[in-house]
Amino acid sequence: MTINNSTTAYTLGNMTLGQACCTPVPHLQIKKLSIAYAGNTVLDDVSLDIYKGCITALIGPSGCGKTSFLSSLNCLLALIPQASVTGHIYFDRDDIIHDAIDTMRLRRRIGMIFQKPNPFPLSIRRNLTLPLREHGVRNRYLLAEKVEQALKDVGLWDEVKDRLDGSALALSGGQQQRLCIARALVLEPEILLMDEPCSALDPIASGVVESLIKRLQGRYTVVIVTHNLAQARRVANYAAFFWMKERVGTLIEFGRCVNVFEHPRNPLTLAYVRGQAG
Amino acid sequence: MIWSKPSSLLLLPRNIDRLWQPLLAGMAVLCAVLLLLIVAFLLKEAIPALHDGGWRSFFNDQSWYPLENMFGLLPMLWASLAIVSLALLLAAPLGLANALFVRFYAPSFLVTPYRLMLALLAGMPSVVYGLWGLTVIVPIIAAYHQPGTSVLAASLVLALMILPTVALTCLAALEAVPSSLHAGAAALGMSKQGLLLGVIVPAARYGIGAGMVLATARALGETMVVLMVAGNVVQTPHSIFDPVRALTANIALEMGYATDLHRAGLFTSGLILTLLVLVLAWFAARTMHKYQYA
Amino acid sequence: MPERMFTLLIWGAALLVTGALLWLLADTVLQGVAHLSWAFIVDAPEHAGRDGGIGPILVSTLCILGVALLVSLPLGLGAAIWLAEFSRQGGFLGQIIRLSLDVLAGVPSIVYGLFGNAFFSLFLGFGFSILSGGLTLACMIIPVFIRSCEAGLSAIDHGWRHGALALGMSRSTAVWYILLPAAAPAIIAGLMLGIGRATAETAALIFTSGYVDRMPESWMDSGRALAVHIYDLSMNVTGGNAAAYASALVLVTLIVLLNVLAQAMTDRWVKRRIFSA
Repeated sequence: MTINNSTTAYTLGNMTLGQACCTPVPHLQIKKLSIAYAGNTVLDDVSLDIYKGCITALIGPSGCGKTSFLSSLNCLLALIPQASVTGHIYFDRDDIIHDAIDTMRLRRRIGMIFQKPNPFPLSIRRNLTLPLREHGVRNRYLLAEKVEQALKDVGLWDEVKDRLDGSALALSGGQQQRLCIARALVLEPEILLMDEPCSALDPIASGVVESLIKRLQGRYTVVIVTHNLAQARRVANYAAFFWMKERVGTLIEFGRCVNVFEHPRNPLTLAYVRGQAG
Repeated sequence: MIWSKPSSLLLLPRNIDRLWQPLLAGMAVLCAVLLLLIVAFLLKEAIPALHDGGWRSFFNDQSWYPLENMFGLLPMLWASLAIVSLALLLAAPLGLANALFVRFYAPSFLVTPYRLMLALLAGMPSVVYGLWGLTVIVPIIAAYHQPGTSVLAASLVLALMILPTVALTCLAALEAVPSSLHAGAAALGMSKQGLLLGVIVPAARYGIGAGMVLATARALGETMVVLMVAGNVVQTPHSIFDPVRALTANIALEMGYATDLHRAGLFTSGLILTLLVLVLAWFAARTMHKYQYA
Repeated sequence: MPERMFTLLIWGAALLVTGALLWLLADTVLQGVAHLSWAFIVDAPEHAGRDGGIGPILVSTLCILGVALLVSLPLGLGAAIWLAEFSRQGGFLGQIIRLSLDVLAGVPSIVYGLFGNAFFSLFLGFGFSILSGGLTLACMIIPVFIRSCEAGLSAIDHGWRHGALALGMSRSTAVWYILLPAAAPAIIAGLMLGIGRATAETAALIFTSGYVDRMPESWMDSGRALAVHIYDLSMNVTGGNAAAYASALVLVTLIVLLNVLAQAMTDRWVKRRIFSA
């Protein structure tokens, strides 16, 4: 089963069956993106394509605008007062910065996972059904089916199937994060944005979540911010290296993961991936 | 899993926020407009007095003889201030001591019931305090010094009334002091007394201070207790056994039959009272502000 | 000062205060119980309240409280939600509204009474009525209630807010299903504070809901609140103290009961939110 290059509908099997692939077709096109808070530019002139079905890792030191960049992709940055975004982000032929788009619908198609697991203070089941109901799914059986599928996709089903009506906050950190991923997947998004999804977890939970992310490859377009270079190298197909230049974040190098890590063109990248800078 | 063909982003949303946002904003504005309304109506009713007799008469006239168009507020203002300052003099140290007791001295089985008792009494209607003061405290004072209803009686009952609130706000301020400070001072081998007076209370001083000022504001605006136990005689207090009439009590006593200029005079005293309380509240807010950035 | 002296002082202060407060509590309960009976609760007052009961007064009290809550609860909650969730951070309108609420919270209750008399009773022509009294109390408790709700909403972890928005949920849905239940303890605390103040209030009611101790027949009838009844019995009726204490006991019990009820209702509401699929 392959992913069509066009934007027409395509079918994927159950996560455990489907075949992983990665086609270099831009899913998101970012052109000359700049972000400023209250007039202070934090990220300047970033142009970058995010490829469909691939995992793109954003690496670089803290404070160089990676998270701001990520939040601009689903318009979450607009929530922060005084934040301004300039440039273009093309998604599905629309410019999500300039066109009058429905951000709710956009966010349904571009899911986001946060650094700190944030399951709602509701039952496990309701954490998944609430967003579905919000997007118009009312049928009981369909809801149950989707909940089960999403939990199976993230490998949580066997752990929680007996306590779906228990509080989601009673889960462990790793389980909470996988529930959050399931909550994003249940809406069947096309793109998943992940903001250091493993950094608040212990090493074992982190490993479980990481292998889950790797399995998303080919089925979802994933953009992941991480400070863990080894992790980026393990899971990502593409890597983008951000760096601070005169207190303004900027994109230094973008390319296939192998290239960025093994044969970087920019000396800054080389120093960073070798652990000599940042 | 079927990925349905995504619909265009440009479709118009059926976003319920568009319905709710203006509705909720309207509610918020309505609540704020209340202040304008209150000020407007107080002024509207007070204007005959401010305009006609001139506002000066409130401070120049000898005393409050509304039927002879004499509206001297000063005796009642002094009475209010005397009652409140005496009440605070009693309630402040006792309230702080009680907060220290709950936080650092009370055996653990006492803490919850003690807090419950304070919370219950903080929510007790002031009219009940007034009733108790009138039937219990006033006769006791009367046995020493007639007539019993006096500055002293009002301050005692008022102090008891604001005590639970003072204790609870002090307690909140004490609990906000980070425990690392506590541990740090204890590690220096300080005695408990030195620790509390030298480290903990100073660290909580802004919270405690703000609580005290708010309690003062509340005492100043309190009507029922002073109405019931202070005696309601218009005179400047010369001893704590003098029966007096506070500003708030005056409004409650005379609103029932006041007309024209008299009514306007009462509204003016209401305005002055509000102004006094607001200055205190502003002071408390400023203290708290300092506390947050200290 | 020796350490032991200080400890003694603290314990002494605690005992003194506990003693005084228990004295007050014991007087209220003992003298109240002595005069209390079922007939006292349901009967109409006779001889200016010396005899008979407080039936109509209890009804008036609950009606006034009902009007106050009916107005202040939705209005306050709506305003709080707007301030915490919809208003722009540091926005001009939000700041103005917050400032006026702070000012309103400090206004003495007798001044609310003056305002209620001038605005509701005279200007709007409601006269001395349950409606005027209830609306005056609503004005009084709204600022406190809003600030408590807003503080509760603002204290909620931003993760939930962002999580809900990132899932493409509307703010309204996030507020209703996630943020309000999470802020329920603060909301209920504000509600209890409001109920307590409204039920205990005397000064603001004397000139808005009036003195009439008959059973009210409509919202426009004057109705005597329990707190006003206590005041009247102790100040204006000789030999009314026994009935006054019994009424005080009923009033305090009512406040405690309403608090417990409000707490229980929130608990159920929160549970239903968590466990219904």
